[in-house]
Amino acid sequence: MYTLPNKLKLFAFIFMVLGAIGMIIGFMNAPSSKEEVKEKLANHNSHEIVSPNDSNSEVAAHEEDAHYEHIMHQMQNRPWSALYVSAFFFFMIALGALAFYAIQYAAQAGWSPVLFRVMEGITGYLLPGSLIMFLLLVLSAFHVNHIFHWMNAELFDPSSDKYDALIAGKSTWLNETTFLIRAAIYLTGWNVYRYFSRKYSLKLDETNDAHWFKKNFKLSAGFLVFFIVTESMMSWDWIMGFDPHWFSTLFGWYVFSGMIVCAITVIAMVTVYLKSQGYLEYVNDSHIHDLAKYMFGFSIFWTYLWFSQFMLIWYANIPEEVTYFVTRIEDYNLPFFGMVAMNFVFPILLLMNSDFKRVNWFVILSGIVILAGHYMDIFVMVMPATVGKSWFIGIPEIGALLFFFGLFVYVVFSTLTKAPLIAKGSPFIEESKHFHY
Amino acid sequence: MASKVIHAIYNDDDILIEAVKDVRNAHYNIGEIYTPFPVHGLEKAMGLAPTRIAITAFMYGIVGLAVSIVMMNYIMISDWPMDIGGKPSFSYMQNMPAFVPIMFELTVFFAAHLMVITFYLRSKLWPFKKAENPDLRTTDDHFLMEVEVANHDVEKLTKFLYDTGASEINLIEKED
Repeated sequence: MYTLPNKLKLFAFIFMVLGAIGMIIGFMNAPSSKEEVKEKLANHNSHEIVSPNDSNSEVAAHEEDAHYEHIMHQMQNRPWSALYVSAFFFFMIALGALAFYAIQYAAQAGWSPVLFRVMEGITGYLLPGSLIMFLLLVLSAFHVNHIFHWMNAELFDPSSDKYDALIAGKSTWLNETTFLIRAAIYLTGWNVYRYFSRKYSLKLDETNDAHWFKKNFKLSAGFLVFFIVTESMMSWDWIMGFDPHWFSTLFGWYVFSGMIVCAITVIAMVTVYLKSQGYLEYVNDSHIHDLAKYMFGFSIFWTYLWFSQFMLIWYANIPEEVTYFVTRIEDYNLPFFGMVAMNFVFPILLLMNSDFKRVNWFVILSGIVILAGHYMDIFVMVMPATVGKSWFIGIPEIGALLFFFGLFVYVVFSTLTKAPLIAKGSPFIEESKHFHY
Repeated sequence: MASKVIHAIYNDDDILIEAVKDVRNAHYNIGEIYTPFPVHGLEKAMGLAPTRIAITAFMYGIVGLAVSIVMMNYIMISDWPMDIGGKPSFSYMQNMPAFVPIMFELTVFFAAHLMVITFYLRSKLWPFKKAENPDLRTTDDHFLMEVEVANHDVEKLTKFLYDTGASEINLIEKED
């Protein structure tokens, strides 16, 4: 049995407290009036103040007013978006780990059962993560924040100046009620699978009865079908919905590829950590090698989808599609291309050599780069639509990241203490113990 | 000069691998092993040096990437700039995303084909080459281990090989 070291608990709590302070500062710093925005902009870049035009000052003043109001909304969105990005990032790690775990059962994999408890530990974050995500979506739907542009009712009203025919045409999908109902369905489905698969996995240990394995096999196969459909819809709702004009047909896969590579990276990192603490005696370097192969392979897969999405839109150059990338290249140049380098160039160079895949510190190093890169990926998917040019990686973003990191570490490692670290009842456990590449 | 070798025939790959370990532990020298299919772990048991084909594959891939870049630059930019879909065709960098699939394909093409050719050269294989295998049954279901006799006692060596599980043993005078 694993016991949660006090140091790790303290470490997690320090991160949570620091993160919470950062988030609170972020929320307090958000401007509440246009005057405050003007002041802030004047302090930050005094040389860039636009002086009102003399000739037709009324129009100019009106435009300037609208401009400041726009920036005020962006600045108000920023702490919420930072919170949302980090909440989603850690939630998707748990969800990806759950999908990977289900694949192991459905494929009756022989190499991985020694890692089952690690995966179950990581999916332990699914329930808290789901509740936080749902809470954030509810807050958005009840207009506590305005990070979802389409949740503005005026867009659907033909008599309003802000009426948007394209968004109004999507009102059967884009409306707060069904949005929340869909979210509830996805989250319930995933959490129900997580609950029962964990339960059966523990029953399997107790009874050694293959009956529970069969149940888990069927449940996992069913879950995977449910998952791939709902994951895709979730990515439209929760991420693509930020840019309601824009659509990409491979978006679900794109989000999935980022999710699964992060999940496998975290599985590898937790495994290496537990191994270094003297646990998981049956995990050998072939298991690490296999996880690193998955990290490498799914990084390439992610790049493939990123490029497929980018190249077709770039080549076709259709205005409503290409604006998505124009915004990102113009306003988010460094994070946009930087995360491609982190998610593609680093893994391909660090993990290509077969021998490096079994060097623990190498796996950890590439893992850190991959996770940072995929955080940036989510950041670049969400931020352009919510905060536009007013983005920065500052106190609100880092605070949210630290808070959820602390929470994630605490939840994952406390889940690990709740069951023996070896899933001894799995019919493939002997094969897994002697797994050899 | 004529050298003597012993051909020990086995009919199971697991027995073969155990036999290889025993023969090497007894300090006999294995010349070659003929098997009907690749036996997993045999190269490790024989103590062969690890393959360097991966390094060559990486280098061939780089060559393919370079060839594709030079080729697309010549064809699409310098020799005959073509306007496709209004894309800027006067600079390589601005048109680069359109060339990525070609860069990828040629990288794979060069790596794969040159790897196969390298493998043929290293294993001294070419079209119409006469097969070297000493016993036709090694193409079906038998495994043959060629052990150099050198200055060992043939009787003792034969007895030893029978004990490792060989089903048949022949002494061959090799001309070379």
